[in-house]
Amino acid sequence: MTTLDAPTTTWLTVCRLADLAPERGAAALVPDRVDGAPTLTQVAVFRLLDDTVHAVQQHDPFSDAHVLARGIVGTRRVDDADVPTVASPMYKQVFDLRTGACLDVAGKTPVAGHGADLRTWGVRVVDGDVQLAVLGGAG
Amino acid sequence: MDPRHLVVVGGGMVAQRLVEALRDRDTAGTWRVTVLAEEPRRPYDRVALTSYFAGRTPDDLALGDAALWDDPLVTLVRGDAVTVVDRAARTVTAASGRTYAYDHLVLATGSSAWVPPLEGADLEGVFVYRTLDDVAALRGHVTRLAEQRPVRGVVLGGGLLGLEAAGALDALGARATVLQVDTHLMSAQVDLGGGEALRRLINRLGIGVRTQARTTRVLPHRRGGVGRVELADGTRLDADVVVVAAGVRPRDELARTSGLEIGPRGGVVVDDTCLTADPHVSAVGEVACIQGVCIGLVAPGYTMAEVTVDRLLGGRAAYPGADTATKLKLAGVDVASFGDAFARTPGALEVVWADPVAGVYKKLVVSDDARTLLGGVLVGDASAYASLRPMVGRELPGDPGAFLLPAGGAGAPDLELPDEATVCSCNNVTAGSIRHAVTDEGCHDLGAVKACTRAGTSCGSCLPLVKKLVTTELAALGVSVSTALCEHFALSRAQLYDAVRVAGLRTFTEVVERFGTHGRGCDLCRPAVASILATTAPAHVLDGERAALQDTNDHVMANLQKDGSYSVVPRMPGGEVTPEGLIVVGEVARDFGLYTKVTGGQRIDMFGARIDQLPLIWRRLVDAGFESGHAYGKSLRTVKSCVGSTWCRFGVQDSAALAVMLELRYRGLRSPHKIKLGVSGCARECAEARGKDVGVIATDKGWNVYVGGNGGFTPRHARLLAEDLDTEALVRTIDRFLLYYVRTADRLQRTAPWIEEVEGGLEGVRAVVMDDALGICADLDAQMDEHVAQYEDEWRATLDDPEKLRRFASFVNAPDVADPSLAYVPERGQVRPATADERAVLVAGTTLEVRS
Repeated sequence: MTTLDAPTTTWLTVCRLADLAPERGAAALVPDRVDGAPTLTQVAVFRLLDDTVHAVQQHDPFSDAHVLARGIVGTRRVDDADVPTVASPMYKQVFDLRTGACLDVAGKTPVAGHGADLRTWGVRVVDGDVQLAVLGGAG
Repeated sequence: MDPRHLVVVGGGMVAQRLVEALRDRDTAGTWRVTVLAEEPRRPYDRVALTSYFAGRTPDDLALGDAALWDDPLVTLVRGDAVTVVDRAARTVTAASGRTYAYDHLVLATGSSAWVPPLEGADLEGVFVYRTLDDVAALRGHVTRLAEQRPVRGVVLGGGLLGLEAAGALDALGARATVLQVDTHLMSAQVDLGGGEALRRLINRLGIGVRTQARTTRVLPHRRGGVGRVELADGTRLDADVVVVAAGVRPRDELARTSGLEIGPRGGVVVDDTCLTADPHVSAVGEVACIQGVCIGLVAPGYTMAEVTVDRLLGGRAAYPGADTATKLKLAGVDVASFGDAFARTPGALEVVWADPVAGVYKKLVVSDDARTLLGGVLVGDASAYASLRPMVGRELPGDPGAFLLPAGGAGAPDLELPDEATVCSCNNVTAGSIRHAVTDEGCHDLGAVKACTRAGTSCGSCLPLVKKLVTTELAALGVSVSTALCEHFALSRAQLYDAVRVAGLRTFTEVVERFGTHGRGCDLCRPAVASILATTAPAHVLDGERAALQDTNDHVMANLQKDGSYSVVPRMPGGEVTPEGLIVVGEVARDFGLYTKVTGGQRIDMFGARIDQLPLIWRRLVDAGFESGHAYGKSLRTVKSCVGSTWCRFGVQDSAALAVMLELRYRGLRSPHKIKLGVSGCARECAEARGKDVGVIATDKGWNVYVGGNGGFTPRHARLLAEDLDTEALVRTIDRFLLYYVRTADRLQRTAPWIEEVEGGLEGVRAVVMDDALGICADLDAQMDEHVAQYEDEWRATLDDPEKLRRFASFVNAPDVADPSLAYVPERGQVRPATADERAVLVAGTTLEVRS
């Protein structure tokens, strides 16, 4: 680790809940830090039928394209519970929207340098605003 | 060592099988083979002559893989009959004068139609029924006469071939009468009861039958040609055409002139290895007199071909005896006969079930203790044939009578076939080999098993049984053969379609609550439900809850590409586009920096559009008069056409106009998979219509329509559904075909495999679409009328709705920022997505875009 300041988490409003269509995703561009350096990262934000919102990386580790927000939202039975999922629109891998865990690799391996599971962001809805827990400041 | 030379005289089905088997097994290339054929064409499927003859070209009857004849070790000489065999010199000489030396000779000359000595048999209008040329001549004659008057045809002979000829006459619109010398029809295969049932069924088709009717002479008409036939009892029948189908005789002339032994009723005498007394000469197929008889069926001929090849390669195979089981379908009438059909075994018992009203006669012959199946006759309903025939000589589980009752009755016990039971007698495939293919070769569907074992690839009558064996074996392996759509629906797509349609549901939530098992669907069932609702309750793809069901392609109405950009295809119906239209497409592509490529469906694809650019691109396209091409949908893609009779010197119909009309009719029709159509303006088939799901080819009388073709992983030629339709009938036929497919196919099942799997195969589809066998045609017509009336361009509707346009934002919190991950590099004057390595440089740098 370097001696840079530890990144601080802030809540960033990305849109209104009403801006998100139920059971679909939308992409957002949020400030982030990679190796300590400030950058912008694409996030896929999903609104479920019960108005809960989940956020995972927009980057699809299996196709190397930024497309996960355009996947089909659904559920999958895991240990007798229905887990909310998104399926990659590219090669149909299925991910757990709550944890980012890849539930089905659909016979493929991730591209070099990437794991199968997705990064997730904390989400809250305050007075109809959808807020993501992002690293670093607003710039 | 130079390969030895095998010469095969005769170019029929058995010769084809022999060459195929030899090239399959002789991997070391120890033999080269020359096939000398009398007919001017490659071996063709003579068994299918009748079912295929109406309007088809000889190519449709092609057998096996045509590449066989391109093999350097195979030579096919067509149109040159062998006239002399010199066994001492080991040469044969053909009519052309060419001489061929052989190391081994196989006689596969088959049979010729036998014409009894009959006064008037040489009159114009008397035909035999054996080769493609015979059939073509008969067809030409009847068609010519039909232009002047109704044609009356008489068929001499009520056997298998006679009934096929009568069916052919009937199909040509002639009034046909069959004259059978014997007491009943098909007397060589079925008993009196079966023959009677068959007669009633044939009568229902409008074909007349007279039994115990011996023809004494054919009388000329005063205008020339055939006029009447006279029977032994003095009756005279008017006839414009006479088809002689009184039997066949082996073509054994070459054996006779070269001094080989001939059987008591003709045929070249061979032993169980198919060898004649000359160790360098074999005979196979109908010309061979094996175990004392000549057999006019193809399956024993195939067996002889395999035995001969095995022996040529040093094997020990021997002919096991003929399986003379027969199953045929004549204009929808099923007839089957197998084993000891006449109960000739001492003490044999006959169990008969007859329903004269339904036109069904079934008989099983069993041993004296009523346990072992010996044979049977099935007329009117031969569905039990595939499972019963392999059981001959084996003990039946339970009461034999149970196997004769109509389906859905008491129910016969499931037959557990022993491994050694032959399932496909055409290709000699046992139940064991099919099970082996599933368990050890990894074949997990019917298509794979067919490819691996060749079961069901010739006549196809065993396919229901093969399918059942495969399903049973897969279930035993624990491989899921559930037809359930996915974990959220226990129903198959076809079942769900019916359920949704009948219940009148309109939303996914309703469908899940009513028919789902749990949860909120997935990427399998959501698009399937969207597709079902699109034709049962039409609405815009982005209306309400529907939007959450669509794949990204349907959701943004463009085709997702590997880098996350999309491609855009405006509709160009029938491949027609105006110069102004082309200019607009060019300008749009230039202004948005899109890579352009002409598609296989005769239109233009523009690649590299960002999601946020799609509405801007479509605003300009819609303003210029373009509409969605649905290149992204499981729906009608294109109707490809040639230019047709308006411009082409050879065209006989206006194919381009028809293609435009069809494309505008079916545009936007959502289906289980993509659908492509093609229209050709003449038989030259420049539009490659037979490679399409629906192919239309112009004739001088109207349109022929072919179905079930596709390119892709397993290319298939479309097969003839109906011919010489006028445009109105053509459109109704395609309407019904498409909607029957939309209603009953599995998810992502294209028309070719659907036709194979759907009840009754192509015949079944024809019965539903042409004869309304299910009584659903009015319903299908109404559904298609609704589709046509409801159609709207989904891109125009999207542009008119700000709510829908919000879905195209690049980022919900930064709609003006373009996706920074996309990068392009130039190639051949256009752009292409940067590779991962190129992108590392481009994206890291300060100038992300190569496009302005």
